[in-house]
Amino acid sequence: MSDWIRPRHLPEALEILATAPGPYRVISGGTDLMVECHLAPERRPESWLDISGLRELQGLQITEEGIRIGAATSLEAIRRHAEVVAHWPMLAASAAVTGAPPIQNRATLGGNVCNASPAADNAPTLLAYGARLEIVHHHGSRWLPYGDFHLGYRKTALQPGELLSALWIPYPPKHSRGYFRKVGTRAAQAIAKVSIAALIEVNSDGIIQSAHFGMASVAATPCALPSVSQYLLGRALCDIADMQVRQKVKQDIAPIQDIRSTTAYRLEIASRLVLEAIHKRSESKKEN
Amino acid sequence: MSLTLVKQRTDQQTASPRRVDGVAKIRGTALYVDDLPCADVLHGATVRTTAAGGTLQEVVFDPAIDWSEFVVVTARDIPGMNAVKLLENDQVVLVDRAFRHAGEAVVLLAHADPEKLGMALKGVSLVELPNTAPIFDIDAALAAQQEIIPGNIYTDYLLDRGDVAEGEHLADVVIEERFLTPSQEQLYIEPQGMLAHLQKDGSILVEGSMQCPYYVLDALVQCMGMDKDHLRVVQSTTGGAFGGKEDYPSVIACHAALLALKAGGRSVKLVYERGEDLRVTPKRHPSRTLISLGANKAGELQFIDMDFAIDGGAYRTLSPVVLSRGVIHAPGPYKCPHIRVRGRAVATNHPPFGAFRGFGAPQSIFAMEVAMDRLARKLAMDPAELRRINLLRTGDVNPTGDVVGADCFAHATLDVALEHTHYYQRLAEYRAWNAAGHQTRKGIGLATFAHGAGFTGNGELHLASRVSLQALANGHVEILCSNTEMGQGAATTLVQIAADALGLPMDRVHLAQADTSRVPNSGPTVASRTCMVVGELIQKAAGQLLQRLRETAELAAPHDAQSFAAACARLCAVAGDTLVTAQYQPPTDMRWDEQAFLGRAYASYAWAAYIAEVEVDVLTLETRVLDFTAVQEIGDAVHPVIVQGQIEGGVAQGIGYALYEDVLWNERGVMANDRLTNYIIPTSADLGFMHVVLLEGGLGAGPKGAKGVGELPMDGPAPAIVNAIQQALDIDICQIPVKPEMLLELTMSRGN
Repeated sequence: MSDWIRPRHLPEALEILATAPGPYRVISGGTDLMVECHLAPERRPESWLDISGLRELQGLQITEEGIRIGAATSLEAIRRHAEVVAHWPMLAASAAVTGAPPIQNRATLGGNVCNASPAADNAPTLLAYGARLEIVHHHGSRWLPYGDFHLGYRKTALQPGELLSALWIPYPPKHSRGYFRKVGTRAAQAIAKVSIAALIEVNSDGIIQSAHFGMASVAATPCALPSVSQYLLGRALCDIADMQVRQKVKQDIAPIQDIRSTTAYRLEIASRLVLEAIHKRSESKKEN
Repeated sequence: MSLTLVKQRTDQQTASPRRVDGVAKIRGTALYVDDLPCADVLHGATVRTTAAGGTLQEVVFDPAIDWSEFVVVTARDIPGMNAVKLLENDQVVLVDRAFRHAGEAVVLLAHADPEKLGMALKGVSLVELPNTAPIFDIDAALAAQQEIIPGNIYTDYLLDRGDVAEGEHLADVVIEERFLTPSQEQLYIEPQGMLAHLQKDGSILVEGSMQCPYYVLDALVQCMGMDKDHLRVVQSTTGGAFGGKEDYPSVIACHAALLALKAGGRSVKLVYERGEDLRVTPKRHPSRTLISLGANKAGELQFIDMDFAIDGGAYRTLSPVVLSRGVIHAPGPYKCPHIRVRGRAVATNHPPFGAFRGFGAPQSIFAMEVAMDRLARKLAMDPAELRRINLLRTGDVNPTGDVVGADCFAHATLDVALEHTHYYQRLAEYRAWNAAGHQTRKGIGLATFAHGAGFTGNGELHLASRVSLQALANGHVEILCSNTEMGQGAATTLVQIAADALGLPMDRVHLAQADTSRVPNSGPTVASRTCMVVGELIQKAAGQLLQRLRETAELAAPHDAQSFAAACARLCAVAGDTLVTAQYQPPTDMRWDEQAFLGRAYASYAWAAYIAEVEVDVLTLETRVLDFTAVQEIGDAVHPVIVQGQIEGGVAQGIGYALYEDVLWNERGVMANDRLTNYIIPTSADLGFMHVVLLEGGLGAGPKGAKGVGELPMDGPAPAIVNAIQQALDIDICQIPVKPEMLLELTMSRGN
């Protein structure tokens, strides 16, 4: 018999996790976990901690610095949120291409991050916006830059007993523009073959002040592009050598061949999308 | 989505009544096999071979499991013949020793608790001596360095009319190409399954999801070693089939019946989960076509030379029939004096391939129609113009040497399609768009084709289908036939045909459940034959019933539902025979030579011209269908909305075939992408806008001149889309699906 606990308050949940961190599998929308349970019933956990009833993990709050999004907030709520649409359009866009509306109604932003798929649809956006994670434990809490969260394939920085409670995203710099694109196997209900989010800040002299990228499905984890960012920093837009950028992309990603796409396609399209992001910086182009 | 009827009808509303099965399906009250109420049922499961062929040395049952709790069936438990009844008895029901592919059934288990069953499945291990050099490729099979069967060829056909050498001599322009098409999964919504009951009198009842109840019955007779009177097959509500439930339900039915026979009176349910269904049930045959076309300077075809080969998989199953349809449809709806089509179905170590909407024709038509565009380019001629020059007209000789009669609308479909899409205007617009250096390239592509309805050649003669109508005392009439509703709308269409012929409202006519203990054998529900062939028989039977009521029960002419009911009551009162039966009679002018592939292959061809408009993203090479226009002449649209649904659904499957669907194989020849996240079919977001245009010439072999329509829409989309992409990107494409990965390779190798 499996054990299902649905606490109403965060401290209660944290106490359960702290006393029995191993056996309890945290679940909220379940859009990834339920599929996993069906495909591999022998690995089905015995004990579930359902965090969907925790009010502390729900909702979006605007602050002076940015927005705080409760980890168990649904993607549907995020993509329709007026402030998100106005200030973080890439997040609205990535939430809107996660699965399809029925998935978005249940799936949560925290779940998308903690499931730690290399193809996570909202990971590139969070990386490009420089999101921070609020991680809580029975004994306290800590902050972690999202860029430090994914340690390896399906391996995260969450310690036993810890729970992701919120994601905090700063306002983008004033003169920055974003570029988001998901290339999936089809227009909806698709897993990404390559996806990208970029936030590039250019001053009035055409000099790049900052450049942040996030990509999915091009490495064992969602990843930033540190070499590309470094190459672009302080450089004039008119001074960018595309071949150099391609070289840097190659250094930063490690795409594989799998059931959905080829190494060659992922590498080439990743380079094309990075160049497109630099040169076009059109706002959050949705696929199709 | 839009529907246009070229022959303006005034009866469109009444011509498209509500579906007779609609309410139950929308409300969820229709019972699919997994929903059938059944007390104390056992669940069945299947242990399968893992190697791509070899010999089974031993079956080891884990001693830690108490096997007395389980019903266990092996080949030794088969009372009849251990062979699946089809064209040839080469496929075993359960592997005893030799096997040819991974996924063949060896042991059947049943238990009341599905979880215990799942654990027990892992407790059975097979000791296999694997085949070390399995064959998965058509050309490797033809090279026959390893042999699965002698020469690895199930069937070798030759359509040879005229003299290709002579044609080559007359041709000014020649092209040569090699085309590949992949397998394709039917992906019916309801996975396959059967429920079997051993009755108190020792007879066996099998219910389940199927297209062809009498195929299942024949398979049970052979495997169970019982006569027909002790076997009964009943179709439950069937959630899609597309050919996928033509032959394989026989296998599952035999398995379920074998378990039920040993289960001591408890019923056994054997319903596949999606992954198992994807891995083991038959799919569309992959194909490889070598084609050469030649034309004179005016663009008139001088010869068509094709070497068409399909992968039949590890057993013969339906491959010869699929091949035959593929060969006959290969040369297209064109006039050409010299035609040679060699067709071969080869043996590989894949699971057997089977029926899927189009049945061999989509594969060969793909090759022919893409080759036509290559020929047009070499002739520096517009592809539509090349087709116009060569399309058949009344009085021409068609590829199988038959003189084309009045029922020929190849030109009409092309003309309407060009006009409806503003083809030449679009062509110019897309050229200008592409030259302007936008982020996308656009193209417009064409396919013209015909599809023969009903069994090929003398097939309908051999089937000798029978349909009965039963008049009831209350004035209602029941249709008794073995043809099945599987989502395509046959129940409504057949009821409509009967009601129309009987002069009754539709609610007085009912299609009886397909139950072999009640309904006569009206043939399988395949080959676009139900409306045309069975519908025609229903119309005939309706005439017989009216005649009997007039002669023996004083039915007046004209009659209404009330006077009809009164006549039925009188007939019943005098204990008159209230059942009439009509039997198929072949058309008198139907002559077909099965050896030479010459003569009239089908009672009717439906004609079509399909036009795809596509947009390709230059950055990512993703292709999107913008607009799809399907123009077809189908004789008569009995129910225009159902016809439209058939065509839109078929086009959607065709778009999937062209752009998305790719069965990937693991090293043992089993489908690797056995989940819906990885086997990609298009969603509504991927389909673009579809325009359906129906032409009704009224000359088909069915009721009011109707023709079969079910398979036709699968033939045209892939070549039309490929032709559009080739035009958009100025590249040559030789295989489908056209995935962005392939387009990237093609455009990069061109140095673009």
